[in-house]
Amino acid sequence: MSQLPAVVIDGILYASWMFIIAVGLTLIYGVMKILNVAHGSLYALGAYTAATFAGYWLGHGYPAFGSYGVLLIAALVVGLIAGPVIERGLLRFMYGREEIVLVLVTYALFLILEDFTKLLFGVDPILVGAPYALLGNLEMGSLIYPVYSLVLVVVSILVGVALALVLSGTRHGKMLRAVIHDREMSMAVGINVSRVYLVTFTAGAMLAALGGAITAPTTSVQPGIGAEVIVLAFAIVVVGGLGSLGGAALGALIVGLVRSAAVHYQPEVELFSVYVVMALVLIVRPKGLFAAPEARKI
Amino acid sequence: MGHRLFVLACGLALALLTMLSDVVQAEEHKPIRIGFVTFLSGPAAGPFGVPAKLAAEAIVQSLNAGKAPPPYANKGFGGTPLELVVIDEAGGATKQVTEYRNLVERSDVDFVVGYISSGDCLAVAPVAEEMKKLTVLFDCGTPRVFEEASYKYVFRTRPHATMDAVAAALYLLEVRPDVKTYAGINQNYAWGQDSWNDFSAAMSVLKPDAKVTTSQMPKFGAGQYGAEISALIGSRSDVIHSSLWGGDLEAFMLQSVPRALFKDSQLVLVAGEPYLHRLAGNMPDGTIVGARGTHGVFAPDSPLNSWLKEIYKAKADGLNPNYPAYSAAAAFLGLKAAYEKARLAKLSASTPMGSNKGVKEEMEKAYQVGPSQEEIIAAFERLSFDTPSGQMNMNLGKGHQAAAGTAYGVTKLVNGQVTVVNIRRYPADRVQPPEGMSSADWIKSGMKPGK
Repeated sequence: MSQLPAVVIDGILYASWMFIIAVGLTLIYGVMKILNVAHGSLYALGAYTAATFAGYWLGHGYPAFGSYGVLLIAALVVGLIAGPVIERGLLRFMYGREEIVLVLVTYALFLILEDFTKLLFGVDPILVGAPYALLGNLEMGSLIYPVYSLVLVVVSILVGVALALVLSGTRHGKMLRAVIHDREMSMAVGINVSRVYLVTFTAGAMLAALGGAITAPTTSVQPGIGAEVIVLAFAIVVVGGLGSLGGAALGALIVGLVRSAAVHYQPEVELFSVYVVMALVLIVRPKGLFAAPEARKI
Repeated sequence: MGHRLFVLACGLALALLTMLSDVVQAEEHKPIRIGFVTFLSGPAAGPFGVPAKLAAEAIVQSLNAGKAPPPYANKGFGGTPLELVVIDEAGGATKQVTEYRNLVERSDVDFVVGYISSGDCLAVAPVAEEMKKLTVLFDCGTPRVFEEASYKYVFRTRPHATMDAVAAALYLLEVRPDVKTYAGINQNYAWGQDSWNDFSAAMSVLKPDAKVTTSQMPKFGAGQYGAEISALIGSRSDVIHSSLWGGDLEAFMLQSVPRALFKDSQLVLVAGEPYLHRLAGNMPDGTIVGARGTHGVFAPDSPLNSWLKEIYKAKADGLNPNYPAYSAAAAFLGLKAAYEKARLAKLSASTPMGSNKGVKEEMEKAYQVGPSQEEIIAAFERLSFDTPSGQMNMNLGKGHQAAAGTAYGVTKLVNGQVTVVNIRRYPADRVQPPEGMSSADWIKSGMKPGK
């Protein structure tokens, strides 16, 4: 059998997983101009919290299907607590500074949260695989895929469509886009930019935590998982164009397919294939594929 | 006035004597400081670093109390208590070199025991030599440490990793001689690459007609293996070799079992034994597993093994020791055996036959001072000593590298617990190259047992 269908399916599965993580990163950058390195830690916190909650739920014999709700609740809890605490307690004092300063601040936060996670959850890997196996498998030719992985594709499409609708079709979305285009002008016309920042960062934190929560049943949740995904998420948003929703989707798809093709055809180049693509895109489009042209202020 | 001066002088002299006596007593009871370096953070902390630390603490505590079984029943090292200085191994080789210098120069340790990562072992060994500090590598596997260099101050008290791959190939071909194709999935760093290279090299000698279908090398800590599993299924290999460990192994098993990867492929897990209790339900029956030595379920039934299990369980909430814990035990017991052998030699040398002058003074001096580092090194070279995993023989690397046999078995689910059955043991000379020969050359030349 040709490997091509497997390459495409694996690429799409990987892309949908990474999109949910990367879209929060690009949302925060688009609105707040913060390249949030701590996004990886929020992903890890989401994964740890979800694994712990789901483990407790299943360990006490509650209905197994309820564990999916528990995963979502864990993501909400992490996003709603960590998002406002970080934005109000730290980032708001940094607004108006150079972007590189904010990168350093979020990097410091990333290191703090990594240790905080270890302090809270310990260093032993956590394994909660029941929700992954619960939905059964789907046979596609000679390959078998867990339905859970296919559900993640649907979830990522729903997340992308919902974000696009909110940004383009609602009053709050239009206010948010106004802030993206011109923060000073938005303030001048009465938009509460501080509140927009708070909501945006919290939404971004929730998306990171959601990424972690839905990943938790598919893997072993262990120290360092945040660092692994943040590097890939950066590659995706850079390929797509920082701050672009469509760019994150296309970037995730390109990275997913390229990585999958490398694994199937040339496994030895898998590790750097993603970064070769990133470099090639940046040579042709230095601001990424979907980056909007910058208005020049005079 | 004269009387007062006399009383004052007597008082001062008494105080001085008391102080000197305290100093002498303090010197006599000054503990031996051992720097212990292991992962306390990062992905290697949970499965390797922390169990090794728990074992080290339990062993030191038990040795200090004199509760270890013979031949280690003496308190501490030759009666002198031990003190641990624990350092985190995370941060990479450059950081570890700095930490090593700090241990020696600032923490003033007497010995260093440590290092799980092969990269850290390769980086630290030359520094130990430069700083002339007796250092015991306890868990890293790369054969390059003593195959590419020669050290006076560095020892390794566990066999190197060539044994794991060669024994895996031997076992595989004994239980499944009809293998035609095999694939691999290993982490893309020194351990994973070495393990796959040694295994495929051994297979090409033992079964030249068997073909490699694919070699997957995901990034360390990748966590998602969807595409790799599809590629392995597509390869339709008879056998899949893997040296994955920790969370990576658990994630791979979690994702591959529902996809029926092992329906037609025999899985070989070189380092799978420590995870069996966590992977019940995600570990197919018939999986070939090793423990990187005769550790865990492969350990012999002995008083030393029972002792390690007992003191470790008390520290680790009832969990059994895994192979890093056994490796830590071998390092501390090897060092103790060398120390006490050197001390005994020193005491014997201080009572020359026929001498009747100064014997008491010489013996007291030998007792108080203890053996020098050079004397311990001399005693350590080519030493044979008992461990909870069996006997270690410092036969390789000019007497600085341990050699021992290993074992493999297959998994079988019994009452919801993964057990290991059909255990086969391999002596050291069948799975490790002889002295003076590199692992790669030995495998290529047909893996003939050494003398």
